[in-house]
Amino acid sequence: MSGLSVILRREIRLALRHSTDSFMVVGFFVIAVVLFPFGVGPESNMLARIGPGVIWVAALLAAMLSMERLFQTDYEDGSLELLVLSPVPMELTVCAKVFVHWLTTGVPLILTAPLLALMMNVPFEAWPVMLASLALGTPVLSLIGAIGAALALGARRGGVLLSLLVLPLLIPVLIFAVGAIDAHLMGGGAKANLLLLGGVLLGALALAPWASAAALRQAVAS
Amino acid sequence: MNILHRFANPTRFQRLSKKIEPWVLVLMLLTMGSGLYFALFSSPVDYQQGHIVRIMYIHVPAAWMALFCYTAMAIAAAISLIWKHGLADIAVKATAPIGAAFTFLALVTGSLWGKPMWGTWWVWDARLTSVLVLFFLYLGYMALRDAFDDPARGAKSSAILVLVGFVNVPIIKFSVDWWNTLHQPASVIRMDGPTIHVDMLMPLLLMAFAFKFYYLWVMLVRIRQELMAQRIRALKHRQAIE
Amino acid sequence: MASFTGENLSCIRGERLVLEGINFALEGRGAMILTGPNGAGKSTLLRLMAGLMRPSQGRLLWNDTNVSDDAAEHNCRISYIGHADAVKPAFSVSENVGFWAEMNGSKGHTPEQAMTSLGIAHLADLSARYLSAGQRRRVNLCRMLTSGADLWLLDEPTTALDSETSASLGELIAAHRHKGGMVVISTHTDLGISDAVSLPLEVTR
Repeated sequence: MSGLSVILRREIRLALRHSTDSFMVVGFFVIAVVLFPFGVGPESNMLARIGPGVIWVAALLAAMLSMERLFQTDYEDGSLELLVLSPVPMELTVCAKVFVHWLTTGVPLILTAPLLALMMNVPFEAWPVMLASLALGTPVLSLIGAIGAALALGARRGGVLLSLLVLPLLIPVLIFAVGAIDAHLMGGGAKANLLLLGGVLLGALALAPWASAAALRQAVAS
Repeated sequence: MNILHRFANPTRFQRLSKKIEPWVLVLMLLTMGSGLYFALFSSPVDYQQGHIVRIMYIHVPAAWMALFCYTAMAIAAAISLIWKHGLADIAVKATAPIGAAFTFLALVTGSLWGKPMWGTWWVWDARLTSVLVLFFLYLGYMALRDAFDDPARGAKSSAILVLVGFVNVPIIKFSVDWWNTLHQPASVIRMDGPTIHVDMLMPLLLMAFAFKFYYLWVMLVRIRQELMAQRIRALKHRQAIE
Repeated sequence: MASFTGENLSCIRGERLVLEGINFALEGRGAMILTGPNGAGKSTLLRLMAGLMRPSQGRLLWNDTNVSDDAAEHNCRISYIGHADAVKPAFSVSENVGFWAEMNGSKGHTPEQAMTSLGIAHLADLSARYLSAGQRRRVNLCRMLTSGADLWLLDEPTTALDSETSASLGELIAAHRHKGGMVVISTHTDLGISDAVSLPLEVTR
């Protein structure tokens, strides 16, 4: 476990020294949501109706934009192959990196969401469910995104390619997350959707470190 | 696994495939011909939909092939990663465009069927939506495979992607069904027509087999093609050294 | 005494056969120098030995057990210097060296000892973005010193190093061997490595 804490500390330190990255992710999130009233008109009821979906799609896209840097710099400066060669298991290293990525991407998105919910006229009563869905869903974005980031390392147009690969896999997250918010607003419980989302999170926790580590070993073997 | 490794030898594969190919072609033409005859002329007409229901004989087998091809890709990808089987890797590469084409065919025929049925060219019912997502998985695979300058890297990376995607297919299907039941009005829309009567079942199965023989035939051609392309690349590498 | 052998190693990289039928045997205190023209496969062989790549054919044995049977164990006993230096500009020199020392189990020299042996102790608190190429290479070599690994694998380590540092490296290699370690190195510089086996590689047709 001490290996995990070493890599965690390193990732947190790196993230703190490159803190503008998080602001850019939040900036994109806000701009993407703000575009919608310009696109579909400012009528409050309609914005409220599409609000949860718009916020979640924007969160998805913002997360995808930030995924590329997860492994890219380490790959380019030679750190990645040394991480593969270190005694610390690669799966653990991936977990640490994904966790810090979530801290610097997912958490800022969760914190910004209430502001956007306000602008999209989403009713207050839906906010707790919305935040719960983001809390459960954003880690999945980082986990599945990590698989894509590892697979696309060194590819041409890696950033766009990564989104193309990962977004179809994230459709269930979108469905369950927005489903929870809509179900709550319509009077039914959000519990079923949130439980399904939790199930997806557990599945991603099991699959992503293993698949990403395999992809990373394959990337440094070339 | 000895059986698999016997077929890893390219020359042996070339010889075997040349022998099988004409038979596969004949079987395909027979099943396709008889299937189309029954589908277009001899099978009953749906009392509600009329002749439009005949699109089903292309649409349903195409959708089956879309999933069949992806499953075949997943199995071949697993073999290529675990046992480093060269031919399995080529099989994944060769299957992808075929699977994508069948998926596209299923989407187009689904849309053509939808227009007379529901009045719109596209409808977000569970099955069409799942097939659409499957189409994106195919496109993602082909994009990743081609995105590397080193073909070996592209092959291994995309093989992992197929396996990750395959694990997700039931989850995606389930989530789309869930989403659809939450959003669909109460009327039940069934895309494979009324309960399958044997008169309808037979042309359906004939077309399904026809598509499978088509797949097999195209695969044999494409694998041979890819083996030759590999040889050419190896020769070019040697040219660079000399 | 530990032994490291390679039997009939072949490797395909990209779609090219880079190594064919390579054999070697190394024991504790041994050193092997890889020679040959560009494209002969020196870097590939070193990466194979490190465990970054698997051989297409043949095997690598450590004390007569196949290296690929236990990759984690192999990771603990090797230290690899490649072409890139893995130096993070956002960290200071001591943060860079300290991180890898901890990741690799803190079994070798302390970061301070390593930095002193390579003459960069005075740069300890300097941010790595100000380092020259030679200084970055020395930071990377510190990582090797702190790893406590039995087998050192070095791919052209003297690029960007001045003659004084190259001489220091030669001494550090000698000290490592004296303690029972092994070294495999690909280099054009004479590092004063005594009793070294030479493995010449050719471009494979």
